[in-house]
Amino acid sequence: MTVVTKIIEVEHLNFRYPQTEGRPALSDVNLTIEQGEWVAIIGHNGSGKSTLAKSLDGLLPLTPESGIIRVAGTKLTEASVWDIRSQIGMVFQNPDNQFVGATVEDDVAFGLENIGLPREEMLTRVHAALERVRMTEFADREPARLSGGQKQRVAIAGIIALQPKIIILDESTSMLDPTGRIEVLETVRQLKEQADLTVISITHDIDEAANANRIIILDDGEIKESGTPAEIFQYGERLIELGLDVPYAERLKAALQRQGLVVPQQYLTEEGLVDWLWTLHSKM
Amino acid sequence: MMNKLLLGRFIPGDSLIHRLDPRNKLLLSFYYIGIIFLANNWLTYLVLFFFTLFAVYLSNIKMGFFIRGVRPLIWLILFTVLLQVFFTRGGTTYWSWGPIVLSQFGIVNGIYIFMRFVLIIFMSTLLTLTTPPLSLADAIEAILKPLRVVHFPVYEVALMLSIALRFVPTLMDETEKIMNAQRARGVDFGEGNLFQQMRSVVPLLIPLFVSSFNRAEDLATAMEARGYQGGEGRSKYRILTWQARDTWTVLVFGLLTGVLVWLRA
Amino acid sequence: MAVDITFKDVAYTYQAGTPFESQALHDINLTIAEHSFTAIIGHTGSGKSTLVQHLNALLKPTSGTVTIGERKITPETNNKHLKPLRQKVGMVFQFPESQLFEETVAKDIAFGPMNFGMEATVAAKKAAEMLTLVGLPAELLERSPFDLSGGQMRRVAIAGVLAMAPEVLILDEPTAGLDPAGRREIMGMVERLHHEQHLTVVLITHRMEDVANYADHVVVMEQGTIAKVGRPQEVFQDVAWLQARQLGVPETTEFAARLQQRGFKFDQLPLTEAELAAALAPQLPREVVSQQHDE
Repeated sequence: MTVVTKIIEVEHLNFRYPQTEGRPALSDVNLTIEQGEWVAIIGHNGSGKSTLAKSLDGLLPLTPESGIIRVAGTKLTEASVWDIRSQIGMVFQNPDNQFVGATVEDDVAFGLENIGLPREEMLTRVHAALERVRMTEFADREPARLSGGQKQRVAIAGIIALQPKIIILDESTSMLDPTGRIEVLETVRQLKEQADLTVISITHDIDEAANANRIIILDDGEIKESGTPAEIFQYGERLIELGLDVPYAERLKAALQRQGLVVPQQYLTEEGLVDWLWTLHSKM
Repeated sequence: MMNKLLLGRFIPGDSLIHRLDPRNKLLLSFYYIGIIFLANNWLTYLVLFFFTLFAVYLSNIKMGFFIRGVRPLIWLILFTVLLQVFFTRGGTTYWSWGPIVLSQFGIVNGIYIFMRFVLIIFMSTLLTLTTPPLSLADAIEAILKPLRVVHFPVYEVALMLSIALRFVPTLMDETEKIMNAQRARGVDFGEGNLFQQMRSVVPLLIPLFVSSFNRAEDLATAMEARGYQGGEGRSKYRILTWQARDTWTVLVFGLLTGVLVWLRA
Repeated sequence: MAVDITFKDVAYTYQAGTPFESQALHDINLTIAEHSFTAIIGHTGSGKSTLVQHLNALLKPTSGTVTIGERKITPETNNKHLKPLRQKVGMVFQFPESQLFEETVAKDIAFGPMNFGMEATVAAKKAAEMLTLVGLPAELLERSPFDLSGGQMRRVAIAGVLAMAPEVLILDEPTAGLDPAGRREIMGMVERLHHEQHLTVVLITHRMEDVANYADHVVVMEQGTIAKVGRPQEVFQDVAWLQARQLGVPETTEFAARLQQRGFKFDQLPLTEAELAAALAPQLPREVVSQQHDE
């Protein structure tokens, strides 16, 4: 197999939900994602983020006029859709509504059963996947006895058991409490490092976006901008309209500015801001 | 929140009874209900009574749970028992009033009927307390498997059953939440006349339907994303294994049947 | 009528007297004063939701007394006649959009008030009023609530609670799952209600920024009881204590603690960016400020 560096290519993607009027959900989206990249897609509610994610996995009724999607070099068609789905793992928003199995291990095995994997192989993979999301001790638990963060980690285990190339997080942390959010993000970050995964995260969460190599802003179904977190975070207050929180360092900079201080224009991380303030302070 | 987790009132454990193959347990429970009808005298009932008690003891589950199983049915049991007591003639008659008699046979029969109820309830409670609902579903699937010959969709039905079971606690949570939300908006559930009560159900049922449909849609998308294309070609993660202890329990039940046949009048 | 809410030695046990019983609350002593804004923080499962369900007698204590205005709720209290209480104490549950059921937005908002005996015509007028109050356009009144966006549905649900004209408003994570803009709108609305309508507000939240920005009291729940209670300025001073419980502090407070280690001085750790900026300004050299102005 040849090495594909462009893992996802989207050309002129258009989509309109059946029986809706007005603006299409996606219009003329062009996008390339490299293997091993972490891309955050942000945008306010209704900007088309989830529609984009679902279309990448062939979960929406696409017509030939909709444009072209290629995953790992394979064009998405009715014939290739199952093959493409096997390369993409999706974690959805509601932890309860994607938990199929009656227990943790059953749920992790669900995808493996679907591809008809022999049972001995399933046992090994389920065990390994649970180990990697640190849920081994919960293997026989029912979903009702798990926290939201734990359920999402099980969903991730179910995905990595299938050894995909791409993970799509479709607002996977938005229903979680802060502890759960950290758990899930940390898990994804580790897995990405270990397995050279490509991660696409659709999110409102600033910490999740900060993890990305690149942020893409979607607005009314169109890609408005794209850049590194440092570039995008400079937008300050405007980020709210774009569906993202303002990073803390930017908020403090704005407050300092209101106190009459002149602050650096470029984006500073929190650490960077501490250093900048400390340098000034030590000049006193 | 813990209160909803005891669906089917399964109590986790590691006893011999817990570890039996659910197919075996399910079939033996039905078989036991059958052989209870072999008992027809003190001795046979006594054997069954101690047998049941021993099974309960082996399960390591407190007696209280079994007695709670009898409670919801107590009126039905008492009604049946009283019918037996007052309408059976034979032996010494102690008292009579029109068609109603209190006879020796009546009392004895009443006690037998009562025993029969209690034994059946104890044994089926033992089944549900020691078997996770999911394993029961597996057992049912296994027992239905021969129906595949006539193109009955055994896999699909089994998956539906297991998803239904998995969502029962979720929907119970949801029900409670919506009930509370509507109570906070001034709805009195279970108060007023029949019409008022029926009306109070609407603000509960509609949100519940809406949310179930949304969940179903989400779940279908998630299943599709995880490669589900129907029952054909799927392998199975959960398997049931018949162990030596299962063979032994079958033998013990065989022995019990023999004893009952030998002792009955 | 003043609606102070007082908990005295309250404990609550789910399924008491059964083999499944589990204690959710114990030793709760707490007063929520009229017109106050109380935030309740704590981990999932620490008893926050169980606690607030006592505020409108959806739950009765298994021991102890809850006093709501002039009503005393004890374990013996009859379940009937609690309705007036539920009108006075409005409750917005987590993901409240799931309680919508009527054909139109107007009918759904009017549902609560009509249960409490409001005339249909008056309730309809009230519904229109409330829709404006939560910042939605009047043309939504005759729409089906199920055709709205998630954020709009949530605001309709909140309007349905506000329409009962409660004096106390309880909100269980009202911004969960919303995008930042939606979150801001909801919290802005809660603050307006608190200031303009003088509602007593009880807010369950995981967001320490919300506590810092809006609350005047904070209750920290831990394992079914109150671990700490006080003004946010007091409670958030103990950064280490909160972090040890993985509860966190407002970003400003954490940031200020970092600056403190690098030699900055604070009388007390600030909670908001504005407070921090004001505390920092005198500690930064003036010439650097003016120098940068010249650029």
